[in-house]
Parts: sequence; structure tokens; C-alpha cells
Amino acid sequence: MKPPPFAYAAAGTLDEAVALLDEAGEDAKLLAGGQSLLPLLAFRLARPSHLIDIGGVQELDALDEQDGCLRVGALVRHATLERADLSGPWQALREAASLIGHLPIRVRGTFGGSLAHADPAGELGVVASALNAEIVLRSVRGVRTVPAGDFFRAPLTTAATSDEVLVEARFPTPGAGFRSVFEEFSPRVGDFAYASVAAGCRLANDGSAHDVRIALGSVGPTPVRALHAEAALSGSALDDDTVVEGGRLAAETCDPGAGDWHADGTYRRALVSHLVERALRRLRGGP
Amino acid sequence: MAGWLDPHESVAVALTVNGAPREVRVPPRRTLADALRDAGLTSVRLGCEHGVCGSCTILLDGAAVRSCLMLAVQGQGHDIETVESLADGDELSTLQQAFDDNDALQCGFCSPGFLMLIEGLMRSEPEAGRDRILEVVSSNLCRCTGAVPVLQAALDCRATSRRSG
Repeated sequence: MKPPPFAYAAAGTLDEAVALLDEAGEDAKLLAGGQSLLPLLAFRLARPSHLIDIGGVQELDALDEQDGCLRVGALVRHATLERADLSGPWQALREAASLIGHLPIRVRGTFGGSLAHADPAGELGVVASALNAEIVLRSVRGVRTVPAGDFFRAPLTTAATSDEVLVEARFPTPGAGFRSVFEEFSPRVGDFAYASVAAGCRLANDGSAHDVRIALGSVGPTPVRALHAEAALSGSALDDDTVVEGGRLAAETCDPGAGDWHADGTYRRALVSHLVERALRRLRGGP
Repeated sequence: MAGWLDPHESVAVALTVNGAPREVRVPPRRTLADALRDAGLTSVRLGCEHGVCGSCTILLDGAAVRSCLMLAVQGQGHDIETVESLADGDELSTLQQAFDDNDALQCGFCSPGFLMLIEGLMRSEPEAGRDRILEVVSSNLCRCTGAVPVLQAALDCRATSRRSG
């Protein structure tokens, strides 16, 4: 269907966007790349009274690392992240971006839009969770930051209030030697993942893993950290038995529920086990 | 500050379409695909109208995007290319000729979308290999021939471009 009627304004600056959002009231929505919002409009699942187009707000386009954190602006396109020089601690971000939808979606879709949409199958929320991102929100009332772990509340629901603009996410730079990877399974390229994993750690000279982070997607209402697996792996060498055990623990402690007709809970749990194992094998290097 | 546009109020949007400046008048809820079709560019096909089928794929500033997932007002100031720009008079482009040679279409409904999808890929990644092309071709749906002849057409086009390049 065609989108339902709404009033429209294009913001030129972040100040304007914040003021327009405040003025428009709680039924207003922000429009960035539109790759999730336009389908919601077409299905009439969303009927915003006002749309505020932030596509031209250049100050939301930041992608840089300084003062101990990587800053990813809300308007950074998935295709930009996918092609960016992001390795080591940030590799999961680049890998996750490359797996979002199809190429034409990634050309338009934005980092902030994906986080704000908060689809349980969204890749970037899983990475934000694993890498302890801080989400920066701004309204006429001021600026606040929300840890990724508190930002995602339920499917399509975040901690952002209706008058807040998601400005950027700040990823604290982990200790030297930290690496991250992203793995997911979907039946076809571009489909929603049945399960996804962002994992990272630092390997000491003796091969033991430290600062282990494992976040899971598509196996619950929000991204979730596999805390038991993280604790169990911390300080261990990532040998074959350990990576299998890591996968098992992550699968055991996640709660995919009954799943859906695409993939039931048992299958999703099995995928988590396999994907965590695969991610850990990549983190340790070698086979 | 920019003012509000009422839901049923039309506004002039300045686009560059296939190399020429073009102004369309639309209310905010009209998609770019709607606006292009209303402007006579009926190669832009509306299949699903929610970003799944890819039949409305066009080039926006040289990159393939789905025009049903953009509002026309978001196109302000941007450069748009549709399949109408590919042929030189009666002479098909290399990619179009490859579609013809490989029977990469039957009913033709999805073809403009596939052509612009692959055109965008060939420009941004002229060295794309078979796997990458297949991955990108899987963005769009064809219910007649499937993706294999389309993939072959893209591979042929790449080979021809290399020979002549």
C-alpha cells in the first residue's frame, strides 16, 4: 500500500531536528534512510502524524575514533560501515553491516535507524551490546547516554523517548589486542537471521582469552549477552573443548522461546551453539 | 527553520532524472517510485511496494536503491537514473544486450529493476566475481526465469566490458 498521510519537514541541523520533534508531539517519527520505516508505513503498522527528515543533517554523519572511543553517527549508512577501514576491535561492526538486508537496502539504511528500529533480528544492536556501546540521545531537554544493555527494551521498543533524537553510538576502545567478529545464519543472503552472534576477546601471550564478550541476536526480544559463557571462557585457552563448551553454555542460557514458523526455539538454540563456536574459532585464529 | 508541509499539500521537488533537470510535484506520502511513474518513467515497476521484490530499483547518485523505500521529497537535489537511460537510441547497452542474449527475461516486469541493480554493481565493483554478483542479484525477485539467466547475463556483460574496456 501507499504510506498513510503525514505532515513532513526536513531538518537542516540537529538543533532543528530536535526542535521539530518537540513541536510535532509524541506521534511524530524521524525519517533517516527509511528502509525500516517505509515498509512500516506501507503496511500501515505505523501511522505517524509527522515525519521529520534528518537525511540532510550532516553533523549526524560522523565515523571516527578519538578520545578512547569509536563514534558512529546515526546517519552513517550500512554500505559505508561495510566498506570502512574497521578491523581488530571493530571488525564485528563491519561484518555485521555487510550482512544487513541486500545491497540496495545498505546503500540507504542508516546505523541510527537500525538501532532505533530495534528489530530483534537487527545485526547492529547485537554488536552494540557486545562492544558496550553508549547510545547518545538528544532532546530539547538535553543530552543523555544510555548503555546498549539498557537501550533495547522489547521488539521495536527502545529507551529513547518520543522527543529524543538518536545522535550516535560511542564504542569504548577495548584494551590492546582485542578483536571482534560477527556470525549469523539466515536461509538466504539478505533474509532475517535466525540467530546471530557478535563476539570479541583479547588473547594473552599464553593463549588465554580475556575480556570475553558474546552477544546474541534473534533469540529473544532484544540483543542479549551470554554472560555465563563469557565468565566460563574468561582466562581459558580457546582449545577445541573450550569453544564447544562456550557454544553450549551460550545456547543453554539464551531464551529464544518457542521461536516462530521460520525457526523454532530448539533450532535457534542449536544455531547459537554452532555460531558461538564458529566465532570463537575465528577469534583464536587457525582452524 | 524549514516549515511543515501539510499531509495533502504538494511541494515541488527538483531532481536530475537521466541527466536532465526535472521537477515533480508531490504530497509528502508519495514515494519516489510513484513520482517517477507519474512523470512517465513507467520502467519503474511497483511490485510489492515494501522493499522486498526490488522491481523499483533505480540508481540514486550512481548506487542502486529501491525507489519504493524513498519518499519523493527525499529525492530533492539528487541524481536519478532509470532504465530509460541505458540504451543509446535503438542500440541496447552492453548489459541490456546480455539480457537479450541470455533470455534473462520472460514477462519483463522485473527486468528494469534487475538492470539497474546490476548496472549499479558494475559501476561500483567492476571486478565483482561470480559469487558477489550472485549475492547482489539475489536482492531482486523474478518469478519467471529465476536468477540463473540474470546471473549469466551479468557475467557476460562483465566479460564484454573487459574486452572492450
